Order: sequence, then C-alpha cells, then structure tokens
Amino acid sequence: MAAPPGPRTPTRTDQPVLQARGIRKAFPGVLALDGVGLRLFPGEVHALMGENGAGKSTLIKVLTGVHPPDEGSVSVDGSLQRFAEPLEAQHAGISTVYQEVNLCPNLSVAENLLVGREPRRLGLIHWSALYARAARLITELELDLDVRLPLSAYSLAVQQLVAIARAVDLEAKVLILDEPTSSLDRDEVAQLFSLVRRLRDRGVAILFVTHFLDQVFDLCDRVTVLRGGRLEGEYRIDELTPVTLVHRMVGSELRTLDELAETSRTASAAPVPAETPFLSARGLARSGAVQPYDLDIHRGEVIGLAGLLGSGRTEAARLLFGADHADAGGLRINGERTDLRSPRAAIARRIAFCSENRKAEGLIAELTVRENIVLALQAARGWARPLSRARQDEIAARWTEVLDIRPADPEAQVRNLSGGNQQKVLLARWLLTDPELLILDEPTRGIDIGAKTEIQKLVTRLASEGTAVVFISAEIEEVLRLSHRVGVLRDHRLVATLLNDPPLTPDRILGTIATGATS
Amino acid sequence: MTPPDDIGAGGRRPARAPGARRLTRHRLFWPATFLASLLLGNVAFTHDFFAVRVQNGHLYGSLIDILQFGAPLILVSLGMTLVIATRGIDLSVGSTVAIAGALACEHIATAKDPGSLPTVLSAITLAVGVAAAIGLLNGLLVARLYVQPIVATLVLMVAGRGVAQLITDGQIISVSSSAYKMIGGGYWLTLPFAVLLAAALVAVTSFVTRRTALGMLIESVGGNPVASRLVGVRAAGLLVMVYVVSAVCAAVAGLMISSNVSSADGNNAGLWIELDAILAVVIGGTALTGGRFSVGGTVLGALIIQTLSTTIYTLGVPPETTLVFKALVVMAVCLVQSPAFRARLSRRRRPAASAPAVGDAGVRQQEVHP
Amino acid sequence: MSTTLSSPTRPLQPFSVRHAARLPLMVTATLLIAMFLIGSLLYEGFFSGQVLLNVLIDNGFLLVVAIGMTFVILTGGIDLSVGSMVALSTMLTAWLVEQNGAPLALAAPLVLLVGAASGALMGWVIHTFEIQPFIVTLAGMFLARGLCYTISTDSISLTDPTTTRIAQTRVLLPGGLFISPAVVIAVIVLALAFVVLHHTRFGRTVYAIGGNEASARLMGLPVGRTKVAVYAVSGLCSALGGLLLTFYMLSGYALHAVGMELDAIAAVVIGGTLLTGGSGFVLGTALGVTVLGLIQTIISFQGTLSSWWTRIVIGGLLFVFILLQRLFGGSRPALRRVLGSGRTRPRRPGGEGVGALAERDC
Repeated sequence: MAAPPGPRTPTRTDQPVLQARGIRKAFPGVLALDGVGLRLFPGEVHALMGENGAGKSTLIKVLTGVHPPDEGSVSVDGSLQRFAEPLEAQHAGISTVYQEVNLCPNLSVAENLLVGREPRRLGLIHWSALYARAARLITELELDLDVRLPLSAYSLAVQQLVAIARAVDLEAKVLILDEPTSSLDRDEVAQLFSLVRRLRDRGVAILFVTHFLDQVFDLCDRVTVLRGGRLEGEYRIDELTPVTLVHRMVGSELRTLDELAETSRTASAAPVPAETPFLSARGLARSGAVQPYDLDIHRGEVIGLAGLLGSGRTEAARLLFGADHADAGGLRINGERTDLRSPRAAIARRIAFCSENRKAEGLIAELTVRENIVLALQAARGWARPLSRARQDEIAARWTEVLDIRPADPEAQVRNLSGGNQQKVLLARWLLTDPELLILDEPTRGIDIGAKTEIQKLVTRLASEGTAVVFISAEIEEVLRLSHRVGVLRDHRLVATLLNDPPLTPDRILGTIATGATS
Repeated sequence: MTPPDDIGAGGRRPARAPGARRLTRHRLFWPATFLASLLLGNVAFTHDFFAVRVQNGHLYGSLIDILQFGAPLILVSLGMTLVIATRGIDLSVGSTVAIAGALACEHIATAKDPGSLPTVLSAITLAVGVAAAIGLLNGLLVARLYVQPIVATLVLMVAGRGVAQLITDGQIISVSSSAYKMIGGGYWLTLPFAVLLAAALVAVTSFVTRRTALGMLIESVGGNPVASRLVGVRAAGLLVMVYVVSAVCAAVAGLMISSNVSSADGNNAGLWIELDAILAVVIGGTALTGGRFSVGGTVLGALIIQTLSTTIYTLGVPPETTLVFKALVVMAVCLVQSPAFRARLSRRRRPAASAPAVGDAGVRQQEVHP
Repeated sequence: MSTTLSSPTRPLQPFSVRHAARLPLMVTATLLIAMFLIGSLLYEGFFSGQVLLNVLIDNGFLLVVAIGMTFVILTGGIDLSVGSMVALSTMLTAWLVEQNGAPLALAAPLVLLVGAASGALMGWVIHTFEIQPFIVTLAGMFLARGLCYTISTDSISLTDPTTTRIAQTRVLLPGGLFISPAVVIAVIVLALAFVVLHHTRFGRTVYAIGGNEASARLMGLPVGRTKVAVYAVSGLCSALGGLLLTFYMLSGYALHAVGMELDAIAAVVIGGTLLTGGSGFVLGTALGVTVLGLIQTIISFQGTLSSWWTRIVIGGLLFVFILLQRLFGGSRPALRRVLGSGRTRPRRPGGEGVGALAERDC
C-alpha cells in the first residue's frame, strides 16, 4: 500500500515539505481515493490535475484536515500529522485559498489579513500597529493596496491576492490554491501568477489546482495526475506535452465502456444543413464564464460539447437556455432575433435544459416522481390550467414505463431514487414538454451502465425524430458516438467545431483540447 | 419524441409497507395523536368534556368552543402555511387582524344603517380589500425587492397596530349589528358560523392548492428555488399571491374576532396571533425551511394550540402560562425537525458501534509507519 | 513590477464603498438634527437641552436593550425575546425585592445573571442545532413572558426604600440640566459596547461572522463561542434594561415592554445597521433610539396627534431604511437567486463574489 510516489521521481536531494502516502478515503458507496500519494518540495509550483471524480478535491480535503483519511499518512517536514480540523493543518503550515474567496468583504483589507491575530495593547486592538503590519505585508508582496479600505472595495482578483497574502502571513510552508483563477480575466491571472512566482522563489511549496492547461505549462514545475481516485503519475512539466497530459488525465479506460454498446457510431446521418438552423448563436459570451462563441444547431442534429472539466462547457450551454444572461452577442431562433431573459423564455421557445447538478438544480427532492415529471409542463401552463390528476398519473405511469424508472411507483419521493433513475425523471420532465432543442449536461454521469446506454439510445432516437440535441459529457467516446458535430472547448473558449464525418477519433478531440488548435 | 400510448397506467407497484408502520409514518399521525391525547386528557378533569348539548337549536360543548375560538387561528395559520411553504414568513398578520377589525367596525359604526346587510357587506369588502393591499406590499417587497420576508413583514408588524388605532382613534369601537355579529358569534345550521366559515375557507384553499397546480408550484419554489427557476416556474407571482392570501385570511380572522365581541380593539385584537400561527404551522408538519406543506396538519396544529389554551384554562392555572407550554412545544418540534439535533441523537445512541472502528484506524496507522 | 500591477489593484469605487456603510448613519444624524430643528421652530419650549435629555431619560432602558440587539444583528441573527426578557427582569426584581425581602444589591446581579444565562442558552441552541435564530428566540419570548405570569399575573409595585431612592435620584448637570442614573448607566453601556465592538477581537469576530460566517470559520475565528456570547450579551442587556425599567416604572409587570423587541430592532435598523449583518455601528443605534424618542416627544408636543402616530412613523422610517439598505450595500445575489430572478448584474464589489461564483460553479 505504501507504494507511492510515482514512477518518475525527480532527482532532488531535499526533503519534501509535504508528503502524503497511500491515502485511502471512502465515502458511502464511493471509494474516492485509493492509495494516492503526493510530494511537494519547497520552492516548487506543483499542479494537481484530474477530471471529474479523479479525487482532487477529496485529496485537498485530506491534506487540509477537512476529512481524515481512512488509511495512509500525511507528513509535514518529515513529521507525521493527523489533522482533526482545518485549523490544525493551518498551524502545521498548510494554508488553502479557495476558488470562492473565503474572507469577510465587510472588514478592511488589514483586518482580513490579520483578524484573529491582531496586535493588541492593554487587551485592545492596537490599530496603528495593525495597519502598519498589514501595509508591510502588502508591500513585501509587491502589491499596492490601501489596507484601510474594506475588502469589498476591491475586485475579486485582488481579494484573491489578499487571501493569498493572509495565507502567506500564517507562515505557510505549503500553499494550496484551489482553482483560484477560474473567474479571473487575463490581466488578473497574470497578476496572481507573478505573486505565486514570488512566493515560490521564497521557498513556499505551492499546490496549484486548475482546469486551465495553459496555466499549468505556464506556471508549474511538476504535476501530479489523478484518475478515478488513483494516482496516475507524477511528472516534471517538461516531460509532458499538452497532448500527453490530457491523455494521462482522461486515460484510456473509457474505451472499455464503449464496448458495451455497439462499437460503431449510433448517430444517424447528419441532417441536411441547408435549412435555417433552429438556433444560432453569434458572439455569445458572459464575462468570467465563456468567451464569445458562434454555434448553429439544426433540427435533428446532435451537437456534442467536449472539453475538460471547467473548460466552459456548462457555461456555454446555460447561455443557450437563458439560465445565465449573456453579456454580449445574440441569439436567433428559427432565424428570429431573441433575447433569452430567463429559462421561462427559453422554455416558451421549446428549449429544454437538463442540468448536470441534479440535486441542486434539477430535482425538487421532497416532491414525488409524478410531480417532478409534470413540473416543467405544468409551469409552462401556469397554475390555473392544471393537468388533471388522472392525466398526471397517466403521464407518470407512461414515462416510468418508457424510461424504465425504478421503483415504478410515481408516488415515491424522488430523493429516494438512485442517480440513474433521478436522471431519467429529469429527462421525462423535459421530454414531456416536447422540446425542439434539448440540452443535456452530463446526463450520464454517476449513473449505472444500463441506464447510460438507455439514455444514449434515447438521444439518438430523439435526433432521428427531429429534435436538436446539445450533448455535454466528460467522456469523449460518448460524445463522439452520439454527435454529428463536436464543439471543443478549452479554457472557456470554443476553439473548434468539428464535423464528426468521417468519424473523429478521441485523439483528435484530445489533441484539439490540448493544443487549442482549430486545424 | 412521443412514447407509445398503449402502455396503461398503473404498472408495477412495490409492496406496501405494513399498515401500522404506514400509519405512524403518515405526516398527520403525530399531530393527530397529540391532539387526541390532549382531548382525552381533558376528560380526566372535565368528565363531560366530550358532551355536546343542543340548546335553542345550537350546539354547545367544550369541543364546539374549541372549534369556535380556534377558527380565527385556523384561518391565520392557513395563510401562514402557504407563506412558509415558499420559505417565507409573515409577521404582519397580527396587525392585519387588528386593521381589518377596526376598518369593518368603524365603517359599520359610522354607517346610517349599521344592521343592514349592504352595510356589513361593504364593510367586509373594505376590510378584505385593504388587507389584500397589505399583502401586495409584503409580496412585492419580498418578490421584487428581495427583502428577507422576516424584515419585509416586520415593517407592517410595527406600523400596522398604529394604523389600526388610527382608524379607531384609539378607542374600542363597539358596534351593534346583528348581521355583523353573525360572522364571529352567530349560528347557522346548529353550528357556529365562524366554524363553518373557517371550514369553508380551509376547504377552498385545499381545493384550490391541490386541484390546481398552485400547491405543487408553491412547494417546488419553497423546496428548491434554483431548480424551480430552471423549469420556468414564475416565482415572483406565486410569492405575491401567497402574501396576499395570507393577509386576506388574516383579515377574515380579524372580522371574526371583532364580530365575536362586537367591537374593535386596535391594541389587543390578534395580539401575538402571528406567533401562534407559526407555531400551528410548525406543529402541523410544514417545515420552516419551505417545501411540502399540509393544510390538514396546520388545522390540527391550530386546534392543538386552542385545546392547550382551553385545557390550561380548565386546569385553573393562570391562562397566560399557556405561553410557557407553547414555548416548550415549539422548541421540541423544532429540535425534532433539526437535522443537527437528529445527527447528535443518533451519534449518542450508537457510540459502541463506532468504538472498534477507531481502534482499527489506530492499528492501520501503525502498519503504514512501522 | 508593482507599477504595472498597480492599475488592476485600484479600488473599484473608492468613494461609495468607503462611505456606503456610514451613509445610513449620516442620514439618521441629518434626520435627527432636522427633527430637532423643526420641533424647535414649531413648538415653544422645544429648543432646550432638557428636552433632549428627557428623551434619554424616557428611553435609557430601550437604548440598553437596543445595544444588545445590535450585537446580535451584526452577526446576522435576530433576538425576538428581548421585550419578554425585560418584562421578566422587572417581574423578577419586584418579586425578589418586594415579596421575598431580598436586598436590591443581591437581586440585581441575580437578574443580570438570569438574563445572560438564558441568552447564552438560546445562542447555544441556535448554534448547536442550527435552528433559525428567529424561531428559537420566539420560543424564548413565549417562555419569558409565560414565566412572568407564573410569578404573578398582576403588577407588583415596588416600595423598597433603596429602589425608590434610586428611582428618584437626579444627576445634576451644569446649566440646570439633569438626567437619571439610568441614563448614566446606558451611556456607560454604550461606551463599553463601542470599545468591545471596535477594539477587541471579540468585537471584530462579531463583524466577521456577519460578513461571512463560513469564511470566519475557515479563518480560524471562534464562531460558535462568539455566537453564543452575542446572545448572552443581548440577554444581559435585556436584563439590565429590565432593571432600568423597574426603576422607571417602580413596578414589575408581565405586560411591561410589550413589543419592545420591535422598537429595539427599529432603532438598530434606523441607526444604520444592516439586518443581514456585518455592517453597522453601535453609536448609530444610539442615534436610532434618540430618533424614536424624538418622534414621541414631537407627537406629545403637537398635542393633537395621538400616540399611535409614533408606531406609524416608526414603521414608515423602518420601511425607508430597509429600502435604503437594499440600495446601498446589502446586495445579496444568493437571495436574488433563491427568489428566482435570472438577471445578474455586472460584478460589483463585495459579497457578490461568492454568490456569483456559486452561480456558475460546476
């Protein structure tokens, strides 16, 4: 069990400042981490990469004391640690800066840096000393802030820098940056990176979690790749190309899944593209979410969206449904200019969107299967035009049967269903509205293989009946099997829209993701 | 895509849980049991507690009293149930009760013909109309300006009593109008009219929420607002509506209370009724966090509170101490509903099971680091 | 290096952000001055120091209670039990002193202890079982009011010589002005609260929790302990307010201070504290209490206006200040999302970050 670190150990003589060995962590029903190891050396920026379910966030939680590991050990400077809570990890020199700035916007910058550790005189806070110390810290990091202003006076990017400054002042030996850049623009990222480099030069070990490939090659010295809860490997960044890195992250085990269904593509012949597209987006964008993109979606066409986690797949799709409002660009539906102000407006134009986040954005957990299925249709009709109970029962029974939802009890609370069956309930909800465009965001994630193939078949059938489908999945094989065209996203940008005829290969998609080349 | 239509309704159904367990799992089981035992407990002190006499063609008895005095609370709780189902709260109902009573009594008292039906009807229309405006204000603050419900309704909770006293000029307005007296003190078909009115409004609300899609949409907005938005539920309209319904229910309760005593007291009418209503809703099994609501549970909850008051009165304890019991009941119900409390309880119940696991971990750790 | 970086680190809206928190306070202060000037112009004898001091004499107990409420609201909580706690304290004091012959020197600390302990208990339940503050303090409100009645349903008059002597004491000020000892106590409490909130770690933790409780926890601040303490402070202030009211009324009665929780909340809000927590000043609360008192004074000077106008005006002011709070500062995207508007505004400084991220979190 105590086998890590990975095969390609860099030849370094100094001791790792943070070392995790053989970490195993199981949650009910899931083995999140299985024998994972990680080594961080002083003065390096180390990327932690992996796709959904790879175990990145669990590993971070183990390192920062949020979850105790079931097996394995964490040592700092060679001495074994068992963190009972995040504070203990902090005291041991491991500080974490999360994607969401975990500071108090109402307090001043100085207080955010030093709250809980304010210099005191006669038991009272010594404000001038506090401001002086904060200002010194900010100057040391070559930042230029007025420490007396409330934190909320500054942009999110600056708040992120303050969070890092606070972590550094806690005498952090290890700084974990958990997706700090996902909503920053280019200049802000540059600013953040220069701070990270300065810290690295001072000997801080930095663990950098990101979805942006460019940033990994730009900033990091080494990278640890996780896949499916296991350690895939530890590499020096100069050993890797973007293509090899993506391959390591995505792995090849997907191909075995592919064999379940027929190996040939199930997608039917592409529809005639001559007609006006059902939906056409031009320069559609939302700042911090997705860069301007163009996309045409025809009736009967399945458009796959491929990209790594966090590449902007979901964000791009949400704009098509009015779930988020676009800052720029325009939409035409059936050639007519429209502005989707809300999901309601999109539904009225017969667009449906199955969110990837079933629990938070899809299901109403307390309601029954029947109620969850009829909800979208009912919402569109308004409360005063109810579907009769008999009609609801009939609909629920029919869809329970058609999609084989189990238990086949429309009066069961939807929260008690398995993930696959919950997904089918959501599909039933939207199919009932008879959409012309169905957007499916990760409809097959976390569900069993039987349900997965059923959903794939359903997509193909819908398309052959004339529905336009946007299909988002982390599994490239799945996207390729179903789609007529594939949009490839990378770092919040739609870098290419490729025709899947002649059939694309996963390597081609991975290559596009890795290099961003439109070729 | 259209699925084949030939598959009939019904299909496979899982085996049902045994009858007794299904009964105890029913959401109304615990409130109903509590109410029943309260009522039975009363028999120990008052032997003719369940007796119902007929006198002058009217029904009399403790049970009838509970229903009659509980009717306003049932109404206020009814509106509150819908508000709470949307994750909201309406603190202004007590003030609305006072304002409605004051408006109606003032209107009747100053009318030329206080006893006539048109006068009473216009008084009722006036009171209900103003209440609807109050509800609209609350609803717009919550749905359009995104003010927290507790804050939005606080404004009228504070100002409302002043408005009620302004209407009555600080006096207790007495009215003598037999038609008005009917609402809260009259009898119809041997039963108190108030009980019938409350029953009718409960029935209408149940019918409207369950026969139209209103109930389901309210539950979906309260249960998961984010998901509701993504399926296109128009939450703002629903929110405004529930606050209006709540205010209108409170207004009818206000009419009942003032009619029963033939006077309007801006200061004391409906005092603390908002708190009783919240309590009734919580006891009835509707969670303060929104979602599923139960009108039947709320009615039971309101009756429990009224029975509690009656019981304490018959026990000879100062009636004001009901507050202590209410406090204990509300804490108990909230604790039972709190996930954190349940987690603690189950942790305490099973300390033995987790002990060996801790030992295991220790052993494992030694293995890894010899 | 730092020169190239300086432009993005510029504060977004230096003026508005720097002053946003103080704006309601300035509005309140302006309002107060305007009310006093208008009162002075309209009514003879209004323009005197004693009128202002009388406002304090008549509302010293409310000030103390509102100060406790400020602590709770700054953490983003609410305490509905204060009015009942005040009543219970008057009742307890009267009962101990009058009916059990306990010396005031013994009764007073005991009452304060009861107040602080019941506040702490409510805080503990709120924190440990994660129940909404409003429902827990609502239960506390019922309980305290009910306990009053278990002592006595009637008013208990105080005839104890020490108590009456204190009640009749006047603290003379230069210029023929005077105040009551209650005002002195209230001002001392105010000063203490100011120092605690602005110059101790406990106070800053109160603000941090109101700003973002999850962050405060991750920053290693003692969140649980502070929340319990805040309700204990509120309970203690209510008990002290109750003692002051006992001197003012010279009686203990279960129906004292009915609705005082509303006055206290109104004073805090009018004083510029955000009901969502994290922003506000205890000195603003003092201004808020003075505004409420001046409203009463003006209405009594007016003579033709009835006392219920006080409540209406307070309600109206509350409404205006709640609207002000929506316009300046307390923009809560989470709330907006919960309530279902899809429109998201361009990124604004402040708490919006977390919500906006959560919104597109995948």
